[in-house]
Amino acid sequence: MTTEQMTGAQALVRALENVGVDTVFGIPGGAILPAYDPLYDSGKLRHILVRHEQGAGHAAQGYAMVTGRVGVCMATSGPGATNLVTAISDAYMDSVPIVAITGQVASSLIGTDGFQEADIAGITMPITKHNFLVTRADEIARTVAEAFHIAGTGRPGPVLVDIAKDALQAMVEFTWPVQLQLPGYRPVTRPHSKQVREAARLISSARRPVLYVGGGVLKAGASAELRVLAELTGAPVVTTLMAKGALPDSHPLHMGMPGMHGAVGAVGALQRADLLVTLGARFDDRVTGKLDGFAPDAKIVHADIDPAEISKNRHADVPIVGDAREVIADLIVAVQNEHAAGRKGDYEDWWRQLNAWRDTYPLGYDTPADGSLSPQYVIERIGELAGPDAYYVAGVGQHQMWAAQFIKYERPGAFLNSGGAGTMGYAVPAAMGAKVGAPDTQVWAIDGDGCFQMTNQELATCAIEGIPVKIAVINNGNLGMVRQWQTLFYDGRYSNTNLHSAKRIPDFVKLAEAYGCVGLRCDRAEDVDAVIAKAMEINDAPVVIDFVVHQDAMVWPMVAAGTTNDDIKIARDMAPDWENGD
Amino acid sequence: MSLHTLSVLVENKPGILARVAALFSRRGFNIESLAVGTTEHPDISRMTIVVNVEDLPLEQVTKQLNKLINVLKIVELDRSASVQRELVLVKVRADAETRSQVLETVQLFRAKVVDVAPDAVTIEVTGNRDKLDAFIRVLEPFGIKEMVQSGMVAIGRGARSITDRSLRAIERSA
Repeated sequence: MTTEQMTGAQALVRALENVGVDTVFGIPGGAILPAYDPLYDSGKLRHILVRHEQGAGHAAQGYAMVTGRVGVCMATSGPGATNLVTAISDAYMDSVPIVAITGQVASSLIGTDGFQEADIAGITMPITKHNFLVTRADEIARTVAEAFHIAGTGRPGPVLVDIAKDALQAMVEFTWPVQLQLPGYRPVTRPHSKQVREAARLISSARRPVLYVGGGVLKAGASAELRVLAELTGAPVVTTLMAKGALPDSHPLHMGMPGMHGAVGAVGALQRADLLVTLGARFDDRVTGKLDGFAPDAKIVHADIDPAEISKNRHADVPIVGDAREVIADLIVAVQNEHAAGRKGDYEDWWRQLNAWRDTYPLGYDTPADGSLSPQYVIERIGELAGPDAYYVAGVGQHQMWAAQFIKYERPGAFLNSGGAGTMGYAVPAAMGAKVGAPDTQVWAIDGDGCFQMTNQELATCAIEGIPVKIAVINNGNLGMVRQWQTLFYDGRYSNTNLHSAKRIPDFVKLAEAYGCVGLRCDRAEDVDAVIAKAMEINDAPVVIDFVVHQDAMVWPMVAAGTTNDDIKIARDMAPDWENGD
Repeated sequence: MSLHTLSVLVENKPGILARVAALFSRRGFNIESLAVGTTEHPDISRMTIVVNVEDLPLEQVTKQLNKLINVLKIVELDRSASVQRELVLVKVRADAETRSQVLETVQLFRAKVVDVAPDAVTIEVTGNRDKLDAFIRVLEPFGIKEMVQSGMVAIGRGARSITDRSLRAIERSA
């Protein structure tokens, strides 16, 4: 136990050091200013000065996703704090552990509409796992420890710590370690053995089971266990957008990604299943389509660390509360016991059907007839040339779906994107955070021209702080996904989706250069490999490649909003023949 | 639609009422009645929440409430196994002609007159919802000038306490 006299601000920095933080993304301002003084002296904390607080938040997410540790961002009161809101909301939707430290006006000013005052604790209440307003210096160290504990355990999520300026300035006796005071926080990680046995029994007796795998499996670090379970049972696996790489895409049991833009085989598997073994997934509307038509014949085993997810959208016949890794480990033993007792599922007919779907309806795309560049081809080539060891960070929209479809993910956690919140502008700052967390690994942002223009100010941060990310802007000059919906559902009335970025306003190459990055451009298929290779050779500066692509490419397959998964289309007005191969 | 009474033990910390209220409004749950007060332990407050839900959303309500870090424990109190009370203060028109009838009603319902004016009386009555509704119906013809109601408070019957274990959790972490 150490005890020392110091300011609240020093206590904050010391507490951050003591919980193991090495990187903070942030911007100073009036109310947080006292904290930046001791931060200046810290030998253990690297502060990365971003250009916009939203960038700090997404960077903390990217850092957390690749390191598995809690990411940290810092901002001042008022607008500094509100600029973090989108990233906090994103982290909440995708269960990313981050701690946001914000300065608050002095406690005597709270509630008076003081300069740069915003009730950030009130604002973030519905989008944080928990938040704190700290008005006394002697609460700072304990609150920091509690915030990191809450963010990183159970179902991970964002925690905000708002600290009044006078608390940062006051003197306090700093003691460490601190005792957490969280009597109401007891996450359950150990699954109930009776439920696990029941799940194993259902797996043995099922004829058409599917392992429906979500992001919780990656968060729990349960990929190895998942593979064992899949191979032991022989059941097909689908991995959601948040779970890409939980089982290698090349694995024969892998049916691909389900959902609105999922593979026909994966969607069909869910729809025709008689059992879904749901592991760390949450029956999101983008996976289920119209809920009452989702997997109509399936019994549901639902394992999640968050009890509130179970039976929220779809009733669970066998609910299992627990950490995915422990659940899967126990399931393996329970299934082995079933096998030992002579009960093993026979899925031969099921696989005949699954293989027919997989063979008949592989993911694919058309090459534009006019010779212009195909966005899917660009993304596919990046995946092939950068390989399975790289990290891929997508924004939101068509390019995100293509990055999910056409890059092969062979290891857990290689794909970062904004899934639940769908935050345009996620990619550049998240890639920056990922690169800081994994400096020796290649990090590719796959961004759209719309997304890129929302947060590309962080190119300056990357250039100055020595964070050599590679950014592929899939530039179709439009808000492509919205345009696709306008094509399909609004008679091609392209209301406000043309950004004209293909006409070089702005010129992304010049923009990259203005920010101290290398700017490259490519608009012909035959140049794609060379420009990717050139970007991969440059490791002392961030690289931006402006891939000027065809504007009418669409994401297929697609389950239109409000329809059931059975109504999936493989191209416009083209439905798969479900009975094919029966 | 069905009514359920939840006793929610929470840490006595600033903002907890806002967290609970915000959760209900965000998730689209309907609060019929809400009462908050301290318990025998100064660090624990107790909320009695009456929610109007079907069975499945009730499970969602309790699970979502349980996710709030400051929530210690949630118990659903069954109507038959608990005592449930609300309090109403009602100001009723009562002149020389009707006063005796009003007072008779007060007697019948074991209510109490807490203030008297020349043309009105203010009555305090406690009870369960059914009794209060009946009382108000009987008073209505005299002319209700003003009425205020508390939220429901409820406690389980018998010797068992729902606070014991939460108390131990608080003491452990302190």
